[in-house]
Amino acid sequence: MGGLVPGLSTIAGPIDQIFMVVLVLTGIAFVLVEGTLIYFLIRYRHQEDRKATFIHGNRRVEILWTVIPGLMLFGLAVFQYDTWIAAKIDFPPESASEVISVSANQFEWNATYAGADGELGTTDDIEAPINILHFPIGKPVIVKLESTDVLHSFFIPVLRVKQDAVPGRPSEVWFEAIAEGEYELACAELCGLGHYRMRGFVTLETEEKFDAWLEEIAARR
Amino acid sequence: MTETAELSFVRRYVFSTDHKVIGKQFLFTAMGFFTIGGLLAILMRTQLAWPWQEIPIIGPLLYGEASGNILPPESYPALVTMHGTIMIFFFIIPILSGALGNFLIPLMTGARDMAFPRLNLASYWLMVPAFLLVLSSFLVTTGPASAGWTSYAPLSILQDAAPGSAMGQTLWVLSLMLVGTSSLVGAINYITTIVMLRAPGLDMFRLPMTIWALFITAILVTFATPVLTGALILMFFDRSLGTLFFAAGEGQVILWQHLFWFYSHPAVYIMILPAMGVASDVISTFSRKPLFGYKPMVYSIWAIAGLGFIVWGHHMFVSGMNPLLGITFMTSTMLIAIPSAVKTFNWLGTLWRGNLQMQAPMLNALAFVSTFVIGGLSGIFSAATPVDIFLHDTYWIVGHIHYVLFGGSLFGVFAGVQYWFPKMFGRMMSNTAGIYHFVITFVTFNMIFLPMFYLGAFGMPRRIADPYQYEMFSGLQGTNQFMTYALFVLAAAQLIFAFNFFYSLFRGKVAGKNPWKANTLEWTTDSPPPLENFEEIPTVYRGPYEYSSPLVAADYLPQDQYVDGTESPRGMPAPAVSPAAGD
Repeated sequence: MGGLVPGLSTIAGPIDQIFMVVLVLTGIAFVLVEGTLIYFLIRYRHQEDRKATFIHGNRRVEILWTVIPGLMLFGLAVFQYDTWIAAKIDFPPESASEVISVSANQFEWNATYAGADGELGTTDDIEAPINILHFPIGKPVIVKLESTDVLHSFFIPVLRVKQDAVPGRPSEVWFEAIAEGEYELACAELCGLGHYRMRGFVTLETEEKFDAWLEEIAARR
Repeated sequence: MTETAELSFVRRYVFSTDHKVIGKQFLFTAMGFFTIGGLLAILMRTQLAWPWQEIPIIGPLLYGEASGNILPPESYPALVTMHGTIMIFFFIIPILSGALGNFLIPLMTGARDMAFPRLNLASYWLMVPAFLLVLSSFLVTTGPASAGWTSYAPLSILQDAAPGSAMGQTLWVLSLMLVGTSSLVGAINYITTIVMLRAPGLDMFRLPMTIWALFITAILVTFATPVLTGALILMFFDRSLGTLFFAAGEGQVILWQHLFWFYSHPAVYIMILPAMGVASDVISTFSRKPLFGYKPMVYSIWAIAGLGFIVWGHHMFVSGMNPLLGITFMTSTMLIAIPSAVKTFNWLGTLWRGNLQMQAPMLNALAFVSTFVIGGLSGIFSAATPVDIFLHDTYWIVGHIHYVLFGGSLFGVFAGVQYWFPKMFGRMMSNTAGIYHFVITFVTFNMIFLPMFYLGAFGMPRRIADPYQYEMFSGLQGTNQFMTYALFVLAAAQLIFAFNFFYSLFRGKVAGKNPWKANTLEWTTDSPPPLENFEEIPTVYRGPYEYSSPLVAADYLPQDQYVDGTESPRGMPAPAVSPAAGD
């Protein structure tokens, strides 16, 4: 965000772009308002022999400074609809995605991958070691999130992904990673005394390496 | 009058029905809780700067040998929870609505007291058991509540989910039920007083902005607070009777969040609107100039209050709420920035071509405006749903809320307390000490909270006892240490304020009726005002902001001063003799 954290998913570009647009617009507003404030404080500082201007307002400027920010803010909202829809509403088809189940509990992440049949919830499912998550790059990933106790939140900063894991109510999140590397998953919803150490290890890798890793942990089981 | 003068000490200062005494009771207790909330913040920030280190003196005293004199891991969420709870429910709301609201509403509307003085007594004394409950939760062996000030289910429901979810959470729920009831009782009183007991000639559109803000705040409290109180009752049932309203599976975990934020988003406005009113009054008075755009200022408070009820979902974009709702909540949230912008522009308009007197209340009111701008603008980032996916629950949000509630509300409180102190206690606070306090607080405030946006843009989550466990946040410790050092200075600067306050109570310069040469009705009576406030109920001839009017030579024109040949108040005959010359 703002160039501080690399964006390694397809949605990161559009999200970071909105951040920059908002940063520029609010930056301009900030400089104008604070600049005017400081200028007025100096220009109209107290002088014994001067009386302030007796004026109660001006209808025209009131209309202007209501309508102009209003249109800008409304435009800013509309401008973001598509990115929000792409991030949270329009999911890729499961058939073309890697579907992974992640179950959260105090204070660990458990990922489960589909076995040879390509289906979750069957006997050949592959359970990854605690707090270890691998995701292929260049292919959409759908994570089916659930929690077995309290709220947790699945937050991978580099992927611009965050979604609460809600007990009793499964949720879904999708992303498509675009570069390899080792990153971290943080719990972003207060979940108790061990919240601060509910840390997952995320490996983004090519599909070949990902498949090899799956075979390896399946064999270990 | 003679009858009331004979009241016993207890009836006069303890179980008092006098709005001024009740206001001061709220003021002193709120200041006590500000101290406690601040100390919790210091402990929290010490942990963030030097995690799991032994703290000299305080460590052995607070945590004891058993934990090696260091903060036990389960205590950090409790610190976070109690800091938020205390600052919001036991400091900001009581000091704005309870202290300033109680003290100012009858005085600024020209009434002898609140409409329901006994109900007013009840509103303070309902708070007292709440104070005791919340304080006693620090003494429970499992510690105070630790599920965050938002107390999300099911962490707050399951007794064994966290140490603080045992007895501590029960005390939290009970004390907030009482706080909610007290607020509701107070709000009904405020609304009735403002509608029914205004002095002759004081139309609604001649009310000072502080009263408008307190009025609309009271309406918000009336509609929003019962929702929280109701939700708290359900939470209490879930915890003690085994009901399943917010339980996983059978109940609805997310329902708690909807009910909580349906109250707590309007509550943010409950915490900021009165400060906006104070800033408007102070800025106009010290600019010696009418408030720019009085009616747009009133309408924008109404707009904020109205829109405030349809934006709560912006706290829940990634909660599992249907993401389609994210679109509507983002749009309504963007729109609520419009009235806030209008208010800011009108404050600037008030300064324009004024004659600005830089005294302590004015400086704090200007700090309110300049930091509220940052608070508001930073909110646009988190209102942007796609960006909020990243920023939600990070330090960005912590920075944003503190720019609104510390930068906004607290500077508003500093402005208001220093502005009305002479009326409350009949003496002036030291302006020099006030300026020192202001400068140090303003500088260190920005040193603490501006870096939070940087931490947030890095993704550092809030409520994390040790962020440096994560490799991705391990580089942020230096920034956090810098912020903690700034907090130490800020905390020390509050001693200047405390000293100034208590010293001036006894030794301050005697203030007289109207030390700021202000227009509103509270300045027409003695400082401090007598029992029943006014010798004679004033008649109001004009709005509250007629500064530098060409009608008179002085640069102010009190609301109750009749000027020959001018329009008499609607429906009021002009007095035969000018009141200034009368009696």
